[in-house]
Amino acid sequence: MSETILEVQKLKKYFPIKGGILNQTTAEVQAVDVIDFVVAKGETLGIVGESGCGKSTTARLLMQLIKHDDGEIIFDGYAVGKSSGITTREMRKRMQMVFQDSYSSLNPRLPVESSIAFGPIVHGVKKSAAQKKARDLLIKVGLNPDLFSRRYPHELSGGQRQRVNIARALALEPEVLILDEAVSALDKSVEAQVLNLLMDLKAEFKLTFIFISHDLNVVHYISDRVLVMYLGRVVEIGDVSAVYNYPKHPYTRALISAMPSMDPKKRTEAVPLVGDPPNPISPPSGCRFRTRCPFSEDICAIKEPILIYTDLKKRQSSACHMGDPDSGHSRTNLNGLPE
Amino acid sequence: MVAYIIRRILYVIPIALGVSVIIFGLVHIAPGDPLNAVVPPDAPKETVELLIKAYGFDKPLPVQYLIWLGKALEGDFGISYATGRTVSDAIASGVVNTLILAVGGILIGTIMGCLIGALAGYFQGSWVDKLATGFAIAGVSVPHYWLGLVLVIIFSVELNVLPAMGMGPGGSTSWAWNLEHFKHLILPVITLSVIPIGIITRSVRATIAEILTMEFIQTLEAKGLRKSHIFTHVAKNAAPTVLAVSGLQVGYLLGGSILVETVFSWPGTGFLLNDAIFRRDIPLLQGVILVLAMFFVVLNLIVDIAQSVIDPRMNRS
Amino acid sequence: MSTLSTNSSKNLDAGQIITDSPSYWSSVRSNLRNDPVTIAFALILLSLLLSAIFADFLAPLDPYKTNMLKRLKPIGTEGFLLGADELGRDMLTRLIYGGRLSLLMGISPVVAALFIGGLLGLTAGFVGGKVNMSIMRVMDVFYAFPSVLLAIAISGALGAGIFNAIISLTIVFIPPIARVTESVTTQIRALDYVEAARASGAKSLTIIRVHIISNVAGPVFVYSTSLISVSIILSSGLSFLGLGTEPPQPEWGLMLNTLRQSIYVNPWVAALPGVMIFLTSLSFNMMSDGIRSAMDIKL
Repeated sequence: MSETILEVQKLKKYFPIKGGILNQTTAEVQAVDVIDFVVAKGETLGIVGESGCGKSTTARLLMQLIKHDDGEIIFDGYAVGKSSGITTREMRKRMQMVFQDSYSSLNPRLPVESSIAFGPIVHGVKKSAAQKKARDLLIKVGLNPDLFSRRYPHELSGGQRQRVNIARALALEPEVLILDEAVSALDKSVEAQVLNLLMDLKAEFKLTFIFISHDLNVVHYISDRVLVMYLGRVVEIGDVSAVYNYPKHPYTRALISAMPSMDPKKRTEAVPLVGDPPNPISPPSGCRFRTRCPFSEDICAIKEPILIYTDLKKRQSSACHMGDPDSGHSRTNLNGLPE
Repeated sequence: MVAYIIRRILYVIPIALGVSVIIFGLVHIAPGDPLNAVVPPDAPKETVELLIKAYGFDKPLPVQYLIWLGKALEGDFGISYATGRTVSDAIASGVVNTLILAVGGILIGTIMGCLIGALAGYFQGSWVDKLATGFAIAGVSVPHYWLGLVLVIIFSVELNVLPAMGMGPGGSTSWAWNLEHFKHLILPVITLSVIPIGIITRSVRATIAEILTMEFIQTLEAKGLRKSHIFTHVAKNAAPTVLAVSGLQVGYLLGGSILVETVFSWPGTGFLLNDAIFRRDIPLLQGVILVLAMFFVVLNLIVDIAQSVIDPRMNRS
Repeated sequence: MSTLSTNSSKNLDAGQIITDSPSYWSSVRSNLRNDPVTIAFALILLSLLLSAIFADFLAPLDPYKTNMLKRLKPIGTEGFLLGADELGRDMLTRLIYGGRLSLLMGISPVVAALFIGGLLGLTAGFVGGKVNMSIMRVMDVFYAFPSVLLAIAISGALGAGIFNAIISLTIVFIPPIARVTESVTTQIRALDYVEAARASGAKSLTIIRVHIISNVAGPVFVYSTSLISVSIILSSGLSFLGLGTEPPQPEWGLMLNTLRQSIYVNPWVAALPGVMIFLTSLSFNMMSDGIRSAMDIKL
């Protein structure tokens, strides 16, 4: 097994909601509720889920753009933000992020070359060296620096801007790149180009990717492993082929079955979900998915399911009582879901 | 929403307190001892000490502030140094007179502003629009005290049809709704209304222009509604913004009337203020500013709450 | 959206390489060039400014020299092109010299308030949280006064004088500028490129310097220019009430005051200083509007 570059332990973030007469905290949005996962060096981990499941919040927590309430982030063996480990600033030299909205990610008053060079300059690189690096990176992302380096963001198309954003993220020579819905806003043809560019860059610079998206097809294309989130919790994680072909969690199964496909043999079945998506402010007790799960039983409301390996090679784990022989769920002796 | 209203009302309290602290402090940062306004320069020492005790100047400042505030909340603003009348009497009659001007000014301002603004909004880009916009900009650029002077020159000095100053026969406390008094009212009210006309015109024009671009208007036209019926829809959508702007203008009129009142010698609060400043009549000064500022604060509060009630789209957090 | 501007596609055909593209400011400049009204008023302002600066060369007579024989002579009197005031001084001269003080008292409070209010708003907007609340609450207290009232109250407390009037107006203008700056800063701070800058590990001051100020400056600057016309009216108004400049200095508001008694004798001379105030304020307003449309700012 390759070494772990990033490890997340018991990460938690609740957002307070203010209201009432004195503007006190009346409730909390449980955005990220105690999640754990590891990312191996050189892999692409996809994170999928519906809107509001907490994936973007997770991305921001990893970059420390938002401070977590509890838990630990361990980068290359060092705890981030603790005196025994590395500082946030040091971590940010090694892990960078590409945002979704290509336009608001770039300062409209700066030419793109300056936007790319900003990071290195901040970390002490001399201006001329940083600008040369920016021009080199523009070539790497497929933009001719003679044409593009002095351009302003509003003069570029969405795809071109996103290439600039990728160049900007790479300028600090990070080892890990977080891509938060980085291709979601692009036209499909452009999206394919950028995805291929990303894969080329990953090979060339030996990067590790964390790829966040709500588009299951894209995640399947680019990821090695995938993590499925629901309402702030991890419900399934494993190799991408295992999870997509043999989803063990009812939610994952519903997501996969709803994927549109070009293959006429793969027909979309009716999504086996019932009920409405619950409220992240007061999530259901026990298993959060139980209100929409066709297999939920009493035990699901009482006990929170934990991630358990569902195969002998330990390539896939799921957080469902049906996969846990000790849980008390009636379906456990059937080894989980019906086929 | 009720929570918002309550919160908004509660918020006024520290603001009002802050305002009162500033007013109280202003007098005391002024150069010169407040004592000198009250005491004749050649008074013997015992008289001076007696006066100090009587006016409470011997107590520490925070205590003086609290005493003043306590009395003010009961309506007792003290006795005017200059006239000997109670300050509250003076303020009461002054406020009434100023309100007469302000109400007149806001009425003309709103009506004319809506008319001109609506014309400009409907006929955007045409000469009507350009004329109206030009008129509005001129309205906000003109120094209203000078305009008053010019009106006086035209109508009193040259044409001699309207009186140049004062509130009318009978002095500052006898207002009556008759022609004679009305003649005294015309020029000051017109002068005062010019800036509100300018501001309201621009606001109405912008609001109507924005509404007309909205898709629901095209939907209404497609349904076959007559233009006049469409106008009622436009008016209903524009109303909250227009009301808010007008409401705020009343506040500015109350505070800003001092210049116009000075030109026309109109015995309102502005005139009182002018007097009080030059005679260093501290109780009168503090009382007038406090009352006017509180009017403004309450007015803003009402406008805010009314807006949140009428226009449910406003994001109130 | 086109991926290349028309310039560069032309040049590509010719085999040249474009390394520069029209920046934001040059597009603002070209917008302005097509706006004759704004240009006209800008020229008027320029002439007002220049005549104030070069008053010594332009004015025919001494602004302080009185001549009791020539009191209140009408416009067009020989030697007194625009008439004479109540002490026999030449109106044209005093109007030209008056521009100095009137413009000074009108512009400096806004400039001062721009620095102070802008700094306060920037800090409040960028830092957020309790710092934001405390700064903006204090601003709210001053905002609770109608501006004319506040100006008069502070001036009344400090006493007459140019410097006091400037201080008073600066205090009046700090809250609105702070508010606008805070609002724009908060909006910009929430944008992704600021987050990205933080993610690169930049320190706060660097982020403010490189990313925030250039994007905040535009709207704040435009707003401030619209305040200048108000400032000119207010400062002359203060002098009109006797709270600004003091006689015998030439200043338009003060001149309106002293000439007021003479409206029955020579009304049009008495009205002249107001024309200058009106013209100046109008020009600043028109120019500010023009700049705002050229920069396409929506406040």
